[in-house]
Amino acid sequence: MLSRTADHLFWMSRYIERAENLARLLDVTWQMSLVPQSEAATNQSWAAIIALNSLEEAYAAKYSTVTGENVLRFMVSDPDNFSSIYSCLRMARENAHAVRGTLTTEMWETMNSTWLEAREKSFEQIANAGIGEFFEWVKMRSSLSRGTTLGTLLQDEAFHFIRLGTLLERADNTARILDVKYHVLRPHGEEEEATDFYQWGALLRSVSGFEVYRKVYRDVITPERVAELLILNSDMPRSLRFCLNGVVKNLELVANSHSGETLRQAGQLYSQLRYGRIDDMLKEGLHEWLTDFMDRIYLIGDGISKDFLVPMSEAA
Amino acid sequence: MNFYNEMYDADGGVREHYKRYEAWLKETPPERIERKRAEADLAFHRVGITFAVYGEEAGKERLIPFDIIPRIIPSKEWKAMERGMRQRVKALNIFLWDIYHDQEILKAGKIPAEQVLDNAQYRAVMKGVDVPAGIYAHIAGVDLVRAGAGEFYVLEDNLRVPSGVSYMLEDRKMMMRLFPELFARHKVAPVQHYPDMLLEKLRAVAPQGITDPTVVVLTPGAYNSAYFEHSFLAQQMGVELVEGRDLFVKNETVYMRTTQGPQRVDVIYRRIDDDFLDPLAFRADSALGVPGILKAYQAGNVTLSNAIGTGVADDKSIYPYVPEMIRFYLGEEPILNNVPTYMCRKKDDLAYVLDHLGELVVKEVHGAGGYGMLVGPASTKEQIEKFRQLLLAKPDGYIAQPTLALSNCPTFVEEGIAPRHLDLRPFVLSSGKCVNMVPGGLTRVALTKGSLVVNSSQGGGTKDTWVLED
Repeated sequence: MLSRTADHLFWMSRYIERAENLARLLDVTWQMSLVPQSEAATNQSWAAIIALNSLEEAYAAKYSTVTGENVLRFMVSDPDNFSSIYSCLRMARENAHAVRGTLTTEMWETMNSTWLEAREKSFEQIANAGIGEFFEWVKMRSSLSRGTTLGTLLQDEAFHFIRLGTLLERADNTARILDVKYHVLRPHGEEEEATDFYQWGALLRSVSGFEVYRKVYRDVITPERVAELLILNSDMPRSLRFCLNGVVKNLELVANSHSGETLRQAGQLYSQLRYGRIDDMLKEGLHEWLTDFMDRIYLIGDGISKDFLVPMSEAA
Repeated sequence: MNFYNEMYDADGGVREHYKRYEAWLKETPPERIERKRAEADLAFHRVGITFAVYGEEAGKERLIPFDIIPRIIPSKEWKAMERGMRQRVKALNIFLWDIYHDQEILKAGKIPAEQVLDNAQYRAVMKGVDVPAGIYAHIAGVDLVRAGAGEFYVLEDNLRVPSGVSYMLEDRKMMMRLFPELFARHKVAPVQHYPDMLLEKLRAVAPQGITDPTVVVLTPGAYNSAYFEHSFLAQQMGVELVEGRDLFVKNETVYMRTTQGPQRVDVIYRRIDDDFLDPLAFRADSALGVPGILKAYQAGNVTLSNAIGTGVADDKSIYPYVPEMIRFYLGEEPILNNVPTYMCRKKDDLAYVLDHLGELVVKEVHGAGGYGMLVGPASTKEQIEKFRQLLLAKPDGYIAQPTLALSNCPTFVEEGIAPRHLDLRPFVLSSGKCVNMVPGGLTRVALTKGSLVVNSSQGGGTKDTWVLED
């Protein structure tokens, strides 16, 4: 497969996954803001989203204060913000457009009509219709992209690069959601119990993990278990371990003569998740552990880029 | 002017081959047709069958209007056209071989040598290069129009990178989806095997010794006006769609950059003009091409389809000589008519043209896509004066032809169903001795009342084209 084709496929799936995860993150933040709490605490959660995406400067250029509405407007439908849901859907479609012949008709039509619909939605329309509904729509469109991919695409190299993009992006995003929320929820010791329940519940729901949690633990929600579920569970599709397992598998399937080092790094990270314990991670400091994890995910993405996607030197 | 109507005869009676369709149109409730037309629009948008228009906002894509009234051609008529195109394309390919080799036709004085050799489209780098099977134009788009009392004329031979075949295929798909009952009532000759036929031709002209050639489609990129077609054809043939930056040349061999390392490429169906193909040989500022590809081509290590240098044969200044080529190379009388053409480089012709600008169509010799032309009867005094100046300044840059009374066909427009002018572009595929085409082609229709310009860049639409089997 052409390196450039693989590159577009990889980024197409990353962007659609990113749009979905951003919708999830904004959704949980929005829901958490509905539970009675101090204004400072609410604004802190919104500021965290901007910080998480390293958008402080771009945001400050447009808005002087951090409020829920401003952050939503900026992250949902601002075309100038390359990290907004709007921009992610546009980039997903542009990448799909560049390789539309490689996609199945169903996949292309899904990507294209997602973008055509998104383009028509102004922030006012989205807010009036209920922003929660918009987040549901984004998640649904992402599910549809994944569904048409699984249901119609030949499982060859194209499929593997699409999966790599999806899983790498998701691992990064789950780590981010967990990091920012864990940080806000447990800055130091115990909080009021009732609030905790709603907050942790919202976090779980944002990764479709609420029912999963109940099934796995059949017990009350505790932060340690939430972390364990999202990091170490082998069967939870948005957990870090699940994602890394898929990354390693797909990397093995597309391996070429110089991708050994990237595969080693991915395998090493996966075995930490495969054999690690949540107690040790918490002892080390969850924030520190997650930061290190995100750095390594970045390096693996970079490795994939160098090994497969960026046109290789002619001598290779 | 009286125009030949594809559906009705001079007395207003329905022509035999349109009778069933016309009956269906009468009995079908207008609301149903309206609904179907909206459905077609939506589907074309979702599928993204679009083209970009130069000069408009970058990256903006427009739909080509699709009309649901088909253009129907009876089998007998098609067979004659098919014979005519086969003859014509055969002669054009021999002409191309000849002018890049022995130049017999020039020696025989049938065409003034300077007309060919000084032509900007003549590529001296092709002299003596032997292309596989001696075929230069593997894909030709012959533009036909019906005029006068119903006879067909060749308007031009597109031998560089003719486009539009994807619309032919998508229009058929759409018609079958919208109105399956029509296909039950008519024996419409199928066209869907075009990509197969194309792939077979491309494989057949691979460099010598290559038994299982790697074929690719080379596109200028996603912002090109015909990008949809490039990706469509690559997908339908199951070959890679590449851009110049995906290819490189090493040891006069072309490779593409893949996730598994370099892979050799044998046949390139290129949708890039000669000028942009190789920055080392042609335009140095081209970012679309592949440095060194000309050398690989000259060495016979890769086949380009169409060949480099075909433009000289479809140039408007060479067009008047095509009937002569047919007589010279094939010893046959041309089956299809040429439009009488005034060559403004000739003094007498120029004088006549200047006197009759209001009646003639004036075309730039190297122009294409409906740009840079004057349709006398439809032009204002200012436009005519502007062209007069252009002609006087550079007479050899123009030809002129009588304004043909292009046939028309009932078409859905805002005020209902009205006649609109149309043309036809069949796609003629050549490899070795075989010249093939699928029945029909792309029918383009000028949607503006009275307009004779059918190009999609000038607001033209398309119709499904039916060749009826007996």
